[in-house]
Amino acid sequence: MSEVAASPVLMPAKRRLAQLVMLALAVLIVMGAYANVGLAVDGRVPAGMLAYGLGLGGIMLVAYLVLAKFAPWADPLILPLVTLINGLGLVMIYRLESAKMPGASAASQIMWTGLGVVMFAVTLVVLRDHRMLQRLTYTAGAIGLVLLAIPAVLPGSLSEVQGAKIWIRIGGFSIQPGEFAKLALVVFFAGYLVAKRDVLALAGRRLLFIDLPRARDLGPVLATWGLSLLVLVFEKDLGTSLLLFGTFIAMIYIATQRTSWVLIGLLLFVGGAYLAGLAFSHVGDRFEIWLNPGSAEFYDREIGGSYQIMQGLFGFGAGGILGTGLGQGHPELIPLSFSDFIFAATGEELGLTGLMALLMLYALLVERGLRTSLAARDPFSKLLSGGLAFLLAWQVFIIVGGVTNLIPLTGLVTPFMSQGGSALLANWILIALLVRTSDAARRPPPQAIQNEGLTQVFQR
Amino acid sequence: MNGTLKRVSVACLAMFALLMINVNFLQAVRAEELRGDARNVRNFYERYSIERGRIIAGGKVIAQSVETDSKRFRFIRQYPDAKLYAHVTGFFSPESASAIEASENKLLDGSSADLLLRRSIDLFTGEPTKGANVEVTINPKAQKAAYDALRQSGKRGAVIAIDPKTGAILAMVSLPTYDPTELSGTDKGKVFSRYDELAKDKSQPLLNRTIGQTYPPGSTFKVVTMAAYLEDDSSRGPDTTVDAPQNLPLPGTNISLPNYGGAACGSGSVTLTYALERSCNTPFGKIGMELGYDKMNEQTEAFGMGTQIGVPMSVAQSDFGKEEDKAALAMASIGQRSNRMTPLQMAMIAAGIANNGTVMKPYLVNKITDAKGDTIDEADPDQLTDAVSEETAGKLRQMMVSVVQNGTANLAQVPGVQVAGKTGTAETADGQPPHAWFISFAPADDPKIALAVIVESGAANVGAEATGGHTAAPIAKAVLEAVLTK
Repeated sequence: MSEVAASPVLMPAKRRLAQLVMLALAVLIVMGAYANVGLAVDGRVPAGMLAYGLGLGGIMLVAYLVLAKFAPWADPLILPLVTLINGLGLVMIYRLESAKMPGASAASQIMWTGLGVVMFAVTLVVLRDHRMLQRLTYTAGAIGLVLLAIPAVLPGSLSEVQGAKIWIRIGGFSIQPGEFAKLALVVFFAGYLVAKRDVLALAGRRLLFIDLPRARDLGPVLATWGLSLLVLVFEKDLGTSLLLFGTFIAMIYIATQRTSWVLIGLLLFVGGAYLAGLAFSHVGDRFEIWLNPGSAEFYDREIGGSYQIMQGLFGFGAGGILGTGLGQGHPELIPLSFSDFIFAATGEELGLTGLMALLMLYALLVERGLRTSLAARDPFSKLLSGGLAFLLAWQVFIIVGGVTNLIPLTGLVTPFMSQGGSALLANWILIALLVRTSDAARRPPPQAIQNEGLTQVFQR
Repeated sequence: MNGTLKRVSVACLAMFALLMINVNFLQAVRAEELRGDARNVRNFYERYSIERGRIIAGGKVIAQSVETDSKRFRFIRQYPDAKLYAHVTGFFSPESASAIEASENKLLDGSSADLLLRRSIDLFTGEPTKGANVEVTINPKAQKAAYDALRQSGKRGAVIAIDPKTGAILAMVSLPTYDPTELSGTDKGKVFSRYDELAKDKSQPLLNRTIGQTYPPGSTFKVVTMAAYLEDDSSRGPDTTVDAPQNLPLPGTNISLPNYGGAACGSGSVTLTYALERSCNTPFGKIGMELGYDKMNEQTEAFGMGTQIGVPMSVAQSDFGKEEDKAALAMASIGQRSNRMTPLQMAMIAAGIANNGTVMKPYLVNKITDAKGDTIDEADPDQLTDAVSEETAGKLRQMMVSVVQNGTANLAQVPGVQVAGKTGTAETADGQPPHAWFISFAPADDPKIALAVIVESGAANVGAEATGGHTAAPIAKAVLEAVLTK
């Protein structure tokens, strides 16, 4: 305790009022954007703007109240950041819907946003201490695997949409279980690595300059991970397999503090990617297209060509530095501009300026997550929040990098922006977990009550 | 674990930095290239997203953008008198444009640097960018008269009229013509197939014959030969007599140059006025040989030939032809060999004489105004060349008046107005009927209009010297009347 007292400790404040103001600001920006779309497309403020704005404001007020009650010490910046990103996603989908883009539906997206916030609240209320998740390590791993595998074993009629076999479709209702599997697997990785990090870091033989772990230590996690990759490759969901792979490497690096793991991971990745490229033509094509998206051969190809990415790039070009303005570009020309390519649609209408701001919002969100991880007091919390924050950063990197042709394109949703209920629900749960860990990390440590002799009273 | 966490944070920072750099590269550096990609259909929509300025002739709108219900094609181009002004306005098709639509495109679509101020104001007031309006020099009455008269002839041809004092183009008619509306739609397939049809049409409706085509000038060129002859020695005048044999033997050959139809020219020795009135060939052939190639070529250049002119559409180069032997020079001196002139060039010759020997630079754009009506640019008449002395111009004018009063061009007479002119009949090589030409200006003492008329293969089956005068002069008369009589 004396050590703590000696060093200048940053005493966290709750900053609930600041959070409320920032939330209101986020909702106001979103309403302004709605008005902008309406004025540009129809020449008048959209009739539904007030309803949408009040709806979003109301939803966020609920989130705020639940957070204030059940996680009062949580980082005040997280919720406003997510609100703004989610709201901008809603506006873009509304704008694409107004351009008669089939598949874009602002109403369903706002419903899912509402449900996402409900999940956020439920998670905060039910999960009073995230450390209980540590006890569910293997359960989480099993749940993750099952969720991933369900679409693979279901018949195509119930699981396949546009070539990707990642759905469960019952009646008019469909979810992507993989979105939730990601969370379960991060929990599993965190729990397992915390338990085994010492043996993983120390035991084993040294081969050249790399420390190899013992097979029995690495077994369960390698098995789980390998199985998930196999399933995803089978489901042709390259994005998610890359996402899980990278997140796992990052988490094992954080846990064991060994660079050798990163090297092993990279080697495995390069080898795996090479094999995948040989075995699956669509994987190899992605790579070729990445190198030369503009070539006529790929551009004119009916299926699996570069038409989509080129349309996205044309969108970025059309946007330029300042963008065409909301409602004044042609993002409806980009296939799937309401889901995988929403970043390109945003780039066209908000321009470089808007995208830099948007990337900054994501970067800040990730930064708040990593900061939570640094401040967390126990290894599991550190690993969980660090893993979740990295998952978010890595996901943004993969999809935005893919859409901007920085890396080969693999389909993924842009967190909180792309149309899609499952992703929105899962990401709101992710945010709830971050808020929960942040609340625990920032809560002032129990203080010894003066004049009580040796009795210490802990407060929770 | 904080050490590794910090390194992972740095990795995250690096990822975001990479994304940001890449987005900067895409939207700031590569944007132009991506925008220009032919497969980017946004360019196509972009063309129709701006309210282009109007093209106006004498207060009459001849091209304008009208708003549509379509989201992708907000404004389409409309041409109220489509065929009448087709070669002036041009068309505005999905991937190209022509005539004024093309040459004034940056002003019409508002992207010109001259409109920077207007655009900045619009940016602040939140008004959508509108293109500038282009006012052309065309006189609608003259245009209509020229179009109707030429169409009545049932032939292909061209009429171009200019204001000799300024160079402003008052009429620009070329037949056959086309409907620019058909080429300015948004349906690429339709537009392109229609364009192909027009481009393949043997009658060349897309060709602007006034500036895009050169013809042998025929006897109208005798005015140039005459000008050179008068300039060569200022003591010569309308009454100077010259040899006018029935046949002029051409040196170095065994053929001789006859007069039209082999007729005699007066008594064999005639005044210059008479030679021009009757459009005899032999005296002019002789004069040309006497002056030599250089003087003839220089005189033609003095009337503007060989100068690259943009009106603003670029004008085909007229050409006197290369230096050959004397026989060739004699033929060229009556406009019948290697010399090829655009109708505009011939109108400039008439205009130069009308304007006391000074040829003004021809132009079609009179004024540019922005969407609010403020003038951005206004035509500033500019001298192109000094063709002949004032004295020579006076003599030429006197003789050309005589051509209309007493000679081959009597069909161009306008009651109450002194008209000057010169007819021409240009033989074409391939046994086709000759082209009928007429150049003119009026009123002779205070010229308000100078023009050139060509009717392709228009001189068929009409006797003697009057051929150019028979088909082309009445068209000129209609245009002169439209401009001069109130």
